[in-house]
Amino acid sequence: MGGLPAGKVERTEHDYAEWERRVDAMAVLLMGHDITVDERRRHIEQIPPADYDRLGYYEKWIVSLGQALIQRGVITSDELGRKIEQVRGRSPNS
Amino acid sequence: MSSGSVPEFRFKAGDRVKVRKAYPLGHIRTPYYIRGLSGTIERLCGEFPNPEELAQMRDGLPPVPLYRVRFLQKDVWPDYRGAPQDTLDVEIFQHWLDTP
Repeated sequence: MGGLPAGKVERTEHDYAEWERRVDAMAVLLMGHDITVDERRRHIEQIPPADYDRLGYYEKWIVSLGQALIQRGVITSDELGRKIEQVRGRSPNS
Repeated sequence: MSSGSVPEFRFKAGDRVKVRKAYPLGHIRTPYYIRGLSGTIERLCGEFPNPEELAQMRDGLPPVPLYRVRFLQKDVWPDYRGAPQDTLDVEIFQHWLDTP
């Protein structure tokens, strides 16, 4: 990764989860609102190293989309943070 | 590059080039591992809005020339064990390339 030592490359194929498909769809739709892949990559590159290693591919996409929307004033950090807490509090069956 | 200027291709296929060894902050498409190394222009790829500007919510215009540059793998990786003629192609924007 970036020329740094890393683990083995996982070559197996896997199905996308529903939430991953939704993130992809959001990214495509927001491209129509001038949120470019370059801008999203900038946000992904600004994720602190420990979080960068912990987060999965589409989780990084979510971070990038969230940051882009916060910068445009579509949502606020506070709204996003509260919503995440609310979703965490849901029971698995609800 | 000033706004509105026509981008010019400073290099042609076969030219030797050296990648700038610079580390500005921001979204930079030039991989770290290739900075400071010399290679050969393999082809001209066209002109594209500057991704460094697109990443900052600007239009990236005028578009900047992009090249595919070929490097020897053994120049890139100090412990490379493959054939000495193995190559690596990287697409690099013109403002990251100098004459060696």
